[in-house]
Amino acid sequence: MNFIDNPRKLRGFENNIRVEKISRRSILKGLGITGGFVLAAPVMSRPALAAYETGAGKMPHGVVVDPRVFVAVAPDGTVTILAHRSEMGTGVRTSLPLIVAEEMEADWSRVKVQQAHGDEVKFGNQDTDGSRSTRHYLIPMRQIGASARTMLEQAAAKRWNVPATEVKAVNHEVVHSASGRKLGFGELAADAAKESVPAIEGLKLKDPKDFRYLGKGQVGIVDLHDITTGKARYGADVRLPGMKYAVIARPPVTGGTLVKFEPEAALNVPGVEKVMKVQGWPWPSKFQPLGGVAVIARNTGAAIKGRDALKLTWDDGANGKYDSVAYRKELEEASRKPGLVVRQEGDADTALKSADKVVVGEYYLPHLAHVSMEPPVAVADVKGDKAEIWAPVQSPGGTREDVAKTLGIPEGNVTVNVTLLGGGFGRKSKCDFALEAALLSKELGAPVKVQWTREDDLHHDFLHTVSVERIEAGLDKSGKVIAWRHRSVAPTIASTFAAGAKHAAPFELGMGLVDMPFEIANISCENPEAAAFTRIGWFRSVSNIPRAFAVQSMVGEIAHATGRDQKETLLALIGSPRIVKPAVKDMWNYGEPYDSYPIDTARLRKVVELVAEKGEWGRQVPKGHGLGIAVHRSFVSYIATIVEVAVDEKGKLSVPRVDTAIDCGTYVNPERIASQIEGAAIMGLSLAKYGAVTFKDGKVEQKNFDDFQVIRIDESPGVTNVYIVPPGLDTPPSGVGEPGVPPFAPALMNAIFAATGKRIRSLPLGKQLEI
Amino acid sequence: MIKVKINGQEQSWDGDPDLPLLWFLRDEAGLTGTKFGCGQALCGACTVIVDKEAVRSCITSINDVAGREVTTIEGLHPNGDHPVQKAWRQVNVPQCGFCQAGQIMQAAALLMENPKPSHDQIREAMSGNICRCGCYQRIENAVHLASTGV
Repeated sequence: MNFIDNPRKLRGFENNIRVEKISRRSILKGLGITGGFVLAAPVMSRPALAAYETGAGKMPHGVVVDPRVFVAVAPDGTVTILAHRSEMGTGVRTSLPLIVAEEMEADWSRVKVQQAHGDEVKFGNQDTDGSRSTRHYLIPMRQIGASARTMLEQAAAKRWNVPATEVKAVNHEVVHSASGRKLGFGELAADAAKESVPAIEGLKLKDPKDFRYLGKGQVGIVDLHDITTGKARYGADVRLPGMKYAVIARPPVTGGTLVKFEPEAALNVPGVEKVMKVQGWPWPSKFQPLGGVAVIARNTGAAIKGRDALKLTWDDGANGKYDSVAYRKELEEASRKPGLVVRQEGDADTALKSADKVVVGEYYLPHLAHVSMEPPVAVADVKGDKAEIWAPVQSPGGTREDVAKTLGIPEGNVTVNVTLLGGGFGRKSKCDFALEAALLSKELGAPVKVQWTREDDLHHDFLHTVSVERIEAGLDKSGKVIAWRHRSVAPTIASTFAAGAKHAAPFELGMGLVDMPFEIANISCENPEAAAFTRIGWFRSVSNIPRAFAVQSMVGEIAHATGRDQKETLLALIGSPRIVKPAVKDMWNYGEPYDSYPIDTARLRKVVELVAEKGEWGRQVPKGHGLGIAVHRSFVSYIATIVEVAVDEKGKLSVPRVDTAIDCGTYVNPERIASQIEGAAIMGLSLAKYGAVTFKDGKVEQKNFDDFQVIRIDESPGVTNVYIVPPGLDTPPSGVGEPGVPPFAPALMNAIFAATGKRIRSLPLGKQLEI
Repeated sequence: MIKVKINGQEQSWDGDPDLPLLWFLRDEAGLTGTKFGCGQALCGACTVIVDKEAVRSCITSINDVAGREVTTIEGLHPNGDHPVQKAWRQVNVPQCGFCQAGQIMQAAALLMENPKPSHDQIREAMSGNICRCGCYQRIENAVHLASTGV
């Protein structure tokens, strides 16, 4: 079970990941397999008999558990399994079909994965976001696989005229051990298809001890070979006969409009064929296009050159004064005054007044851009009242709906083909680029590819919000924290959907503000107003980034104020092992029922203790080095990180070592968990060191990777070690894609403090350490 | 008429001589393995090998490579079994995979010039190639593996 059983397959990084003491029996046990009978799933309207329930059924279009939708067996034995979630690097396009293959006893080498198009009525919810694919689909995919296996077994039993209980599917064939007869899946395919689909309630799931793939981490991603040979197809790689290439000039200020344009110079560029207006929607309009002017050419290079030659006049509109320096002051002032109370326990005001000492921290985090390596891109072919889209979208179902609405055609007339995504991080949950392609194709009467440049991507992103988090912690004489006031001020994602939204939405409050797990008698969480002046959107781990940065930096500040060890201070604040029940009505819990996914401080403590042990917390480090620790629960997973920094005499920062422990419950592919956590350290370091999108006169000041920098290999951590907590009995699966990011920045800043005595409260770090 | 050899095949172009090689490869020649990431030689996603050197095809015009030999990811090895490609698979480097063609071409060029690069030399040579997913630890391990025998 432990995948380090076979280190040869993991050469190169086997020393960097460990699954702690996983026995063959512990993993996946308790997922409803006691006594060999399934305890069922959270399926739409069916009774939930599950060991645990998830929020899957509450997502738009819920869950579909039907082998006829997801599995096909060909007469030659090839098993095709549909992947209905989008692949942006998490490995989900492999993991979900692998669950089906495991449960149906298919031989993975004879499985083909096919990407589902956008159709949520047929496939169930397809929004690949919120780190929820595995946690929502582990059981449904197992049930789909078990249904397919049962149908194959029934077909074989009929063929041999024996009771179905006497036959068993084993590695791509069905066996009747009493007579020694065997039939391959391919030979049974036609008969199995005639069998009725078994009821979910009666399905028999495999005993986890018989798992060949799940939990082992020895299956590479299905696109691995194609990625290394240039054959993998991303959005930008789609080519259709007669396809035109388009690049669009959009209003430089969000909500701005085109006054006039002079196309002549652009039309003189060799290869440019046409210049045309693109319809825009007034801000805010969810994911509708911003409008502008498109240059249509025979190749992308000509379209870019043509766009550079356009003469354009814009009206900047109401957001033309957005200025990041001035706006920061507004946020800071708002954070120093009372705001909407969103969680209250005890009396924080009085307790702060009577405290022996009050530690105050005001933490700033600027806008961040996603900058996935593949900038937004989409191909559309609109003919009459039918549209076909090829795009790297995280929300194929939502894209289909929005294309239909935008073109005014029935949703059933829209086909959305999902390509691989060259990174997503939340940006590609918004389908504005696909809508642009659809509008242009309709007008041109030809297939069109709309390619965003990196500058377009930075200038017209749905940015991560900008925030001030102010925390006041009141300590008694013994150093115990008796009061906690956290004010969180940031423009809300809701402002992208509704004009004038100024308070955080419940899902934003639930990301590290009101779900704060510390055992403190007097707690006040407040959310003062903040207006938005640009498009705000989801960025990997969302509001958890500024909240974890603030809360976990404050832990370091309290440790310093009391002269105690960071880790001991952290554990003292977490307090006793318990289920935390914040006094918040209908607290958002990542869409999950609280009974299945409570805030469990025993698990929070466990990852702190595990990372402290494995990461050798408290070890002697050389002069100029420092260790920092942070823990955070997000996407219902628990993650703790230790960062070691080295700061040289000129203030130059390097990161020799990172250790991270994750408890994500029951899991499918530990190898991909490790890759996500390694990547989260890089993204965390990127945002902590460099991340800032700033506005001047309503316009984004950064243009490309030279002024919006991200971490490169020469400044990446020396080593990143990942430790995975083995799941307990009945531990439901939880998120992996996002939760690695939040604890990194505070662990880094706590480490910098340990190394230098400088407390960094304003991100990015930039040159703050330089001497 | 500009003539250039791409993956061993003669190709010609009579359009704009300033057209970046990247867009010639992707849109005119249909070789989409080479990726667009920044257009300013800042991210390395478009890296190809010209003669024996890694270049950023997004700022290299088609005219600049006239009469020269261009190798793209599609032409690195007939079966995709260049030591760098094999190492990449063995170490499970990619996440989203979009930058990987550029990373692989850069690594292949490095090993042509320096078959046994040190840890620091790998980091330096690969520092022009951004991976937003953050696969750097594995990239480093894969280049090392490719240099020591897959």
